[in-house]
Amino acid sequence: MPDRPMIEIQNVSKFYGIYKALDDVSLTIGEGEFFSLLGPSGCGKTTLLRSIAGFETPTAGEIFIDGAPSLTLPPNKRPTNMVFQNYAIFPHLDVAENVAYGLKRLKLSPEDEKKRVGDALDQVRLSSLGKRKAHELSGGQRQRVALARALVMRPKVLLLDEPLSALDKKLREEMQVELRTLQKAVGITFILVTHDQYEALALSDRIAVMFGGRIAQIATPKEIYQRPRTRKVADFLGGMNFLTAKVLGEQGNAVSVDAARFGAVNLDKPHGFTAENGHVTVGIRPERLRLLWDNDRAPHELAGRIENRAYFGEVTHLTVGVDGLEQPLSMVETNDHGADDLPIGAEIRLAYDPDAFVLLAEYEAVRRV
Amino acid sequence: MTAAAFDRIADTPSPAKRRAWTRSEEARGLAMISPTFLYALALLFLPVLIVIAYSFWTQNYLDIDRTFTLENYRQALTEPIYRDLFIRSLWISLTVSVVTVVFSYPIAWFISFHGGVHKNLWLFLVTVPCWTSYLLRVMSWKVILGYGGVMNTGLISMGLIDKPVASLLYNSNAVVITLVHSWAAFAILPIYVSLQKIDRTYIEAARDLGDSRLRAFFRVTLPLSLPGVVSAFLIVMIPTVGDYVTPRLVGGKDGVMIATAIQAQFGKGANWPLGAALSVTTMILVSLAAAAVVLALKFIVRRIK
Repeated sequence: MPDRPMIEIQNVSKFYGIYKALDDVSLTIGEGEFFSLLGPSGCGKTTLLRSIAGFETPTAGEIFIDGAPSLTLPPNKRPTNMVFQNYAIFPHLDVAENVAYGLKRLKLSPEDEKKRVGDALDQVRLSSLGKRKAHELSGGQRQRVALARALVMRPKVLLLDEPLSALDKKLREEMQVELRTLQKAVGITFILVTHDQYEALALSDRIAVMFGGRIAQIATPKEIYQRPRTRKVADFLGGMNFLTAKVLGEQGNAVSVDAARFGAVNLDKPHGFTAENGHVTVGIRPERLRLLWDNDRAPHELAGRIENRAYFGEVTHLTVGVDGLEQPLSMVETNDHGADDLPIGAEIRLAYDPDAFVLLAEYEAVRRV
Repeated sequence: MTAAAFDRIADTPSPAKRRAWTRSEEARGLAMISPTFLYALALLFLPVLIVIAYSFWTQNYLDIDRTFTLENYRQALTEPIYRDLFIRSLWISLTVSVVTVVFSYPIAWFISFHGGVHKNLWLFLVTVPCWTSYLLRVMSWKVILGYGGVMNTGLISMGLIDKPVASLLYNSNAVVITLVHSWAAFAILPIYVSLQKIDRTYIEAARDLGDSRLRAFFRVTLPLSLPGVVSAFLIVMIPTVGDYVTPRLVGGKDGVMIATAIQAQFGKGANWPLGAALSVTTMILVSLAAAAVVLALKFIVRRIK
């Protein structure tokens, strides 16, 4: 939990007719935190961001920004600034004029204004492009102008609406690093909306995963990846092998299950856990399964055969059929041992760590977070 | 097959080249526009050239003296009557275009920003008056503004005036009112189109950066819709300078515009060269005035930061 709350969202709902874009969302974002709203399109993440900015008025609930109730405040009265998905660089103004746009209202002296614009452009490494017009800029440059234009206002919260989705992969990765560095340098709260799970994992202090207008889980990137609470969250954040397991017994905070061919596994019991007809879903990440070569031995082994293989350069994705399992297992192997040369149909052995299993709730079971 | 085609071109360069050109985009484009282009050349460009030629000649009763002279332009520019008519025509057309744009902008803005799913219905309603004859639309203003017209009887029945006001009709104000009504649709449409093209996130960005709705309008919406405003201005201003029907019907003695004088020279006055000189002068004056207005608009908008 954050030290000092900057944004408090309390029971916010937004209806479009009978369509629920946001369904009773509550969350707290701390001062100086890099917070991501992650989810597929239509999950309500952008609506939530626009509600914080003031472009959408929630049907119910309250939003506090730095302690002040802000639901009825127009966007121009909120201490937030936004980087739009298409950047919205004013086409009739040059770069410096774009950055100075919001400063005009502050009635600064021309020297002060010039200095602040210059500093903001330095911050995003664009100082030489002040006289360019929007249409003369590349995608990455536009994004930096949008960042400078928002940061020059010294907002308490910077809102970023899928700012990297329009950039190509290489540039996107570069900008991710830059964004993170920038956030550390200015120290203000960043709220990022994204549908890219790797972007959210790489950038955030905490992530909220959203589905259908609700928050499914809020946690740090590591926790959300390693301990996803529901099957849907696990599935959205990378690959996961799902198994149906029989509950053997419960003891305090632990549950013991029979995970088919993987044998008996002890798992942490999530809050509010209930087993349906004595069966639960457990999952294990593909990279937690490991191929065993020739004389390798492991305490927990399983035999299988390669059903499919996909080459990804540095890694190979394998689909392995195991007798007694309903679904074949996915696994990821680095190519240093020659996993990319394994023929389809080859008999292999794989090792697993029973501690790598997670107990997952079916999505519907977790309604309130 | 490709190789064979190349060989043939190499052997006989010139006919192949000609064939290649007749198949090119450029040639096909020219072929496509040639009927309309020739039509425009014959019926728009040539008549203007003839008018310009006439303006340098002299009329001797029924004959035309084709020696070059600037006498017609001297008359057109120095005779007080023509000077007054030029000034009044420009003034009226300027007033009409300013008033039309000022009245049309909010309508276009409303349709574009708040028309919702009924935008096309609104646009259709805007064009409805144009479905009746121009003449009828002008005549209807006689009914509204006349001595015993809708306006006077209405004001009397409301008790605001005792006897009909005679000054509503047959003056330049009546001409302005009638022309503004006639040309409104032609101003609304280009402004609407340029407003439609504005990405709404620009306005959101302005609001996000601290502008009130009004400031965001003046700093973003208005400058970005300037092309539409300029077109609306030109579309209204250029034809109204030479309008003949409206001043004839509702203008009276005080509402006479330059077209009436031009018509007189080509008709009763039987002095085609002078009429031609008046026409050419009108053309030049309206071009200058339009250019001045466009530059002024651009300058004003650039000052808004």
